[in-house]
Amino acid sequence: MSSHEIYSLKVNGVEHHVKDAWIGESLLYVLRERLGLPGAKGACEQGECGSCTVFLNGESVCSCLVLAASAVECDIATVEGLNSDGSLTDVQEAFVTEGAVQCGFCTPGLVMAVHHLLDETPSPTEHQIKEALSGNICRCTGYGRIFAAVDTVVAMRKGDK
Amino acid sequence: MTVLLPKSIDEATRMLADTSSATLLTGGTDVMVEINFNHRKPESIIALRHVAELQTWSINESNGTVFIGASVPYKSMESGPLANAIPALAQAARTVGSPQIRAAGSLGGNLGTCSPAGDSLPVLSALDATIHLASASGTRTSSFADFMVGPKRNTRASDEIIAGVTLPLCRGRQGYAKVGVRNAMVISVASACFAVQDNTARIALGSVGPIIIRCSAAENYLNQVIASGLAITDDVAEEFGRIVSSESRPIDDHRSTAAYRRHAVGVLAKRLSQRGTQS
Repeated sequence: MSSHEIYSLKVNGVEHHVKDAWIGESLLYVLRERLGLPGAKGACEQGECGSCTVFLNGESVCSCLVLAASAVECDIATVEGLNSDGSLTDVQEAFVTEGAVQCGFCTPGLVMAVHHLLDETPSPTEHQIKEALSGNICRCTGYGRIFAAVDTVVAMRKGDK
Repeated sequence: MTVLLPKSIDEATRMLADTSSATLLTGGTDVMVEINFNHRKPESIIALRHVAELQTWSINESNGTVFIGASVPYKSMESGPLANAIPALAQAARTVGSPQIRAAGSLGGNLGTCSPAGDSLPVLSALDATIHLASASGTRTSSFADFMVGPKRNTRASDEIIAGVTLPLCRGRQGYAKVGVRNAMVISVASACFAVQDNTARIALGSVGPIIIRCSAAENYLNQVIASGLAITDDVAEEFGRIVSSESRPIDDHRSTAAYRRHAVGVLAKRLSQRGTQS
């Protein structure tokens, strides 16, 4: 692939052609600026903040550190695709009800990280929750409300709430 | 810029033979940062994401070795069979960045970048890892000691791809520890891997010199203690840490001072010599 060649990315189950893009662009940049999917947020662009978290072949990764052109033939999932009908997932609902959203910038990345955690570990310990969310920085909440939202989802999925 | 997407090591080495100036890209946790910030603009990139061979690992109980492909993510080493096989590597893997980074970063990337702060490198040094390299003209192996020659400098030829690493199964006890400015998401200020393998002590240090440092004087001291059948008492551990500190070669930089690094790495060595995971 050379500089402005068109390539195709499968995002949330839909093939998108990436046109007029520089071949060195990150997946984060391509999602936001080329494909009109602004759910993943760009802040640090060096893998520190987790605001750009997406799933690549089911793995939770920082999309700023993925060369978009290398993600051809991969399954990419973004926060826009969590529920195909556009309704809120249980994790998003819990973020709302527990007040885990303040400025909201980190929220899409955190929602992805929480979904990934609970897919792999349905009943996480407090320590596992903290470790799983250690790559997602929130400067508003102090994390207490976010951990409460995780607890709420775990309880709801168990039928306790 | 061009981007090449090989599907096998053979295809990758042929591509690299044609463009030996190409940048090799695995997890992207280093290279993509430099590209995002315009610090590096490679003319060509060979992205190894689709080379399945680089993502395989295997444990060979009969000859006591573990092979880990260059692109196997740290996440796979944190728990499960690889963590049981090489506990120190699991401990080192767990200190890398965040879960997102550990799902992308790999031994191949750490070795390719060869930063003295590379979290896995003290483990590869202490356990005398063998590095497997492949080029269009064939394959070769290198010891870790011969591979890393300076800060961000290694003996990989420009037409070679790092294929993987062979490490010995834990035969004794081992551990890894790291100091940073906070507890997570941090580049190390000092790190150490300690192992007693077949009754022989090994200690390798990260971030306290231009390369990963093996402390031969400290190892000799501890090996005499072990050979004479004595326990690693608090006094022995203290002296071991003191010798390790004296063998470190740290510098002052934006992350820490040389004096703190020298002290910290001695403390790490002292603690690890008495701790360490049995296997």
